[in-house]
Amino acid sequence: MLIKAFVVGGLICVIGQLLIDKTKMMSARILVLYVCIGCILGGLGIYQKLEEFAGAGATVPLTGFGFRLAEGVKQEIDKIGFLGIFMGGIKAASAGITAAVFFAFLAALFAEPKEK
Amino acid sequence: MDTSKKGQQKYAEMVKKASPNSPVFGDCIKAFVSGGIICTIGQLLLDFYIGMELSEKNAAAWVSITLVGLSALLTALGIYEKLGKFCGAGTIVPITGFANSVVSPAIEFKKEGMVFGMAAKMFVVAGPVIVYGTLTSMLVGFVYYFVK
Amino acid sequence: MKRIGKQTVRLSEGVTILSAASTVGPKEAEGPLGKYFDQKTEDSFFGEKSWELAESKFVEKNMRLAVQKANLKSEDIDYILCGDLLNQCTGSTFGIKNLDIPFFGLFGACSTMGESMSLGAMLIDGGFANHVLTGASSHFCAAEKQFRFPLPLGTQRPPTSTWTVTGDGAVVLARKGDGPKIVEITTGKIVDMGVADVNNMGAAMAPAAAALLKAHFEDTGRTPQDYDAIATGDLGTIGRELVVELLGKEGYLLDNRYTDCGIEIFDAEKQDTHAGGSGCACSAVTFCAYFYPKLLSGKIEKMLFIPTGALMSTTSSQQGQSIPGIAHGLVIEGCRKGAEEC
Repeated sequence: MLIKAFVVGGLICVIGQLLIDKTKMMSARILVLYVCIGCILGGLGIYQKLEEFAGAGATVPLTGFGFRLAEGVKQEIDKIGFLGIFMGGIKAASAGITAAVFFAFLAALFAEPKEK
Repeated sequence: MDTSKKGQQKYAEMVKKASPNSPVFGDCIKAFVSGGIICTIGQLLLDFYIGMELSEKNAAAWVSITLVGLSALLTALGIYEKLGKFCGAGTIVPITGFANSVVSPAIEFKKEGMVFGMAAKMFVVAGPVIVYGTLTSMLVGFVYYFVK
Repeated sequence: MKRIGKQTVRLSEGVTILSAASTVGPKEAEGPLGKYFDQKTEDSFFGEKSWELAESKFVEKNMRLAVQKANLKSEDIDYILCGDLLNQCTGSTFGIKNLDIPFFGLFGACSTMGESMSLGAMLIDGGFANHVLTGASSHFCAAEKQFRFPLPLGTQRPPTSTWTVTGDGAVVLARKGDGPKIVEITTGKIVDMGVADVNNMGAAMAPAAAALLKAHFEDTGRTPQDYDAIATGDLGTIGRELVVELLGKEGYLLDNRYTDCGIEIFDAEKQDTHAGGSGCACSAVTFCAYFYPKLLSGKIEKMLFIPTGALMSTTSSQQGQSIPGIAHGLVIEGCRKGAEEC
């Protein structure tokens, strides 16, 4: 599983690198693209297979973040119906987002801007 | 200077010829190895948390939290920026890159205050990820609701 | 009439550059020109709380040094003309607010040194001033924060990108006195050749520099070979190559006496600055630290100094607009070798 995670995760990053070098895409755009693609693939039920195959190799890249949004929305719809469209996505991604806010706050408290 | 459409096109060709391309092959190798390593660390963490008898879903959430925390630490120490210069997409695409893009503006803009600086600018880079992620998840939800 | 062509004026008497001062950050100090700078700081914060205040401190320290090097006091200065890259030019205004000198704020992006020296020389030649202090500044960290990304963000810089110089360059211009003289000024027009890549500023500005050179040679009837040195502001390696090619098409040969301040200031290989240095301070500190002493000693008898600027903002770029370029040219005559006075 470790090797599969390494190879699949690495390959997903290589696609991002090709986009940076060949299309001069900014990193923020790549992150957006990856989340959307992951979410759609999750919606189509394709990303689940990649997760089963590669584990963290599929979930650690930002496509995995999108996948989690899709999974969350589907599960919530199954549970509570239409309202799940509004509640499922962010709920599933809440750990990542909340952790980012919390650690960013902590970092800003203690760290000073540095020159390169 | 011929600034007509034709002149601009000609100049664009000159620029293309004069501008060196990024070393794509080397960049891709670096991205592959570094991105692969981050995912492997993620897998090790996942196995560790599952070993602690957490459910798979909760273990995955803990992996995200741990990686985000590590990335924040490296960002605060000024290390993630150096890694990013070397690794390129290898450190942008994983969730650690997302965390880096949240933590960076929080540190950089704290000089403008904790409300209008740190907090208001925190999602200046990563905000679009949340916005479009949310919208796409709603789209997926709509389709799923009516198709299932 | 002092006008000698469409874009060029000849000053009735040359305006003397009485002194030149440069203050730079640590990266510039480590570069190939490190030993020439007057003041170097150990860190880019310069003891201040923010990058922006640090830039202002570069401005204040260096402006005061320029006045001191000219053996003058700030009350001897009639006008101060300067600018920078920060929003509303606060780098300059906060730096000089305590100098107590009448002030014209300028924005010419990275061409500001050329703009300020041009206007300062005209003020003196027009009889409106005896001493004018002119300068320009930029700060890598403040510029990154405003124009690109927060510094801790892990991104790769493409090979066409340039590195903003941290520092301030300033000169004291005078009606009388010994020193190199500004004799002619060619003012640039805005040229936009449709380049929109903010990571390739050299290519965006090269046509403006080439157009200025062409206008200058046509107005004066000279060729590049009439100068000991021609230096553009911050085109870097790619921009320089494009200028040589564009001028070649017009029938002017630019040989190795033509350089760019962005190429001189950093060692691109060792310092990882890709295409070279950029920013208002790039041409300003390179002129003050590197070219001015050569003009003073007579090593360079006649030079054409052409700071270049990219006139875009983050908003214009996000709206998909291309980058308009500008260049300002000054002919500066050095002291003759062996001459007692100049």
